[in-house]
Amino acid sequence: MEQFLQQLLNGLFQGSIYALIALGYTMVYGVLRFINFAHGDVFMLGAFTALGLHKAFGPALASMPWPVSLILILLASMAICGALGIIIELLAYRPLRNRPRLNVLITAIGVSLFIEYTAQLFFGATQRPFPELIPRTPVASTGGLTISVAQVIVLATTITLLIGLRIVVMKTRMGLAMRALSLNPTASTLMGVNNSVVISFTFGLGSALAAAGGILYASLYPSIEPFMGIQPGLKAFVAAVLGGIGNIPGAALGGLIIGITETLVKGYGQHFGIPSGYSEAVAFVILILILVFKPSGILGKTEREKV
Amino acid sequence: MKRYAPQIALIAVLAVSLGISMMSSQLDAYYLDIALNVGINIILAVSLNLVNGHTGQFSLGHAAFMAVGAYGASIFTLEAADQLIPMLGGPSTFATGVAFLIALLIGGLCAAFCGWLVGMPSLRLRGDYLAIVTLGFNEIVRVILQNTSGDGPFGGPLGLKGIPAHTSFFWVFAIAALCVYGVASMVNSTYGRGFLAVRDDEIAAGSMGINTTRYKVTAFVTGSFFAGLAGGLYAHLRTTISPEGFNFLKSFDIVVIVILGGMGSTAGVVLAAIVLTVLNEFLRDFEQYRMIVFSLLLIVMMIVRPQGLLPSLPFLKRKKA
Repeated sequence: MEQFLQQLLNGLFQGSIYALIALGYTMVYGVLRFINFAHGDVFMLGAFTALGLHKAFGPALASMPWPVSLILILLASMAICGALGIIIELLAYRPLRNRPRLNVLITAIGVSLFIEYTAQLFFGATQRPFPELIPRTPVASTGGLTISVAQVIVLATTITLLIGLRIVVMKTRMGLAMRALSLNPTASTLMGVNNSVVISFTFGLGSALAAAGGILYASLYPSIEPFMGIQPGLKAFVAAVLGGIGNIPGAALGGLIIGITETLVKGYGQHFGIPSGYSEAVAFVILILILVFKPSGILGKTEREKV
Repeated sequence: MKRYAPQIALIAVLAVSLGISMMSSQLDAYYLDIALNVGINIILAVSLNLVNGHTGQFSLGHAAFMAVGAYGASIFTLEAADQLIPMLGGPSTFATGVAFLIALLIGGLCAAFCGWLVGMPSLRLRGDYLAIVTLGFNEIVRVILQNTSGDGPFGGPLGLKGIPAHTSFFWVFAIAALCVYGVASMVNSTYGRGFLAVRDDEIAAGSMGINTTRYKVTAFVTGSFFAGLAGGLYAHLRTTISPEGFNFLKSFDIVVIVILGGMGSTAGVVLAAIVLTVLNEFLRDFEQYRMIVFSLLLIVMMIVRPQGLLPSLPFLKRKKA
């Protein structure tokens, strides 16, 4: 029982990171209706930015208590990667506005490969250790459960960011514009929404969340490399589809489900004849199942394509 | 005569490749190897083009079907060919040839079956879901193969080795020619107009009475079959295969060929397969820049010239949206 609870908790931490990444996919899909393949790579850049900042300002940061330096690094990396997301949209996706979706999808793959291989050129292909921004010491081990400080911080940060996002989307004028744009781009322009600004903002926000996800992920699994974003990125996409693509609470829910299922398969799969190595493929099996039974996802609405 | 020009060209390619194959021992092994790679890439790119170009879907997991074909064919050759060859009248060129053909077909059919399995659920939906499902399928295949036992028929993470080198110039280019011929005549037939209709406007095609799902699945299964054949050829050329060799980066390589060649243009894709394979070979020293350049090309192409370097015939070309 204790072991089961422990696995469930581990799944929750893992899933909360997937949720953070999935939000970016879902928001971009909501406003532009395309899969931003480069999202997983912004996640990777987030981790590398944090590493770079930590190296550059090491002595100054070391003099501060760790929560302060963590927040500084987190916010700075989010800002840098958010700006990067806006630049990517401006250079690669904006010229393709109103072109066939397939062309945009291909561009997204191109951007993704470009970021990965450029990062490999600069950072090298080897794994790098990630600094201990959050102490990895166990915080509590009651009733046979072990939770590390890093895990608690991961969960707390995710929840904070989720609430923040909810406020931005539901309570601000920009959030209202985002929702209007995702409902009907033409009508929102007619109502005086500057679609380009809203799209830039969405990319910036999504990329900032991905960067946060990258830093938290690297805090749990402290070795980073240029291709680290591919797997979590794909799984987060599956999470977004599972929750209903375009739906923000759905993305968070999907992330948790994927994280927990994955951890449970890793922990208990061998009792049912599933080797633990198969946990890598769990998300994709889930994806195929959703597409068969409920393509609109758990919380998504079925959309009819109109001519 | 003009009417039969494609058939004559097909027979001519078959004859020439048989001729070159017979004197292949006198050719430079290095250039022969590049030529065989070119042929295999032609098969992969033309078959992917049927899905991504002609039918307007977007598969990102072609390497997975290649892997299924490679493993299917290799396992047959390693486990069953020894029993089969005596039945065909002992070890002769003919018997090994037949056994190899059967191995290739088994690989192709396994891949086609997987294509049907993956295509059925995902092709009912819009194009971008297929991209992610096929990408996911690629990962599933790799993970399953990597987790097989090391002494079982799949060879575990290290893969299979000691596969007999049956692949010759004739096999590669005969199958490449059949693939090009098959895809071209399929698309240019009355039936094949359905593929183009699905690509140009799925809703309009559906309302004209075209069973769009069936067309998409047909294209996908055919594409997977040829990818499986290419996989079998690849395995019997390299003599060793491993799950890592068929990861999604391999799939991206094929996608890049199709896009640069021009989606929906068979001639363009064949040309791109030749140029990019040869270029890859000569740019080995600049390996770390290769993918950066290719990905930039991909982005720039989509902005400046989305129809590819050598677009398809004007009357098939998609009108501006």
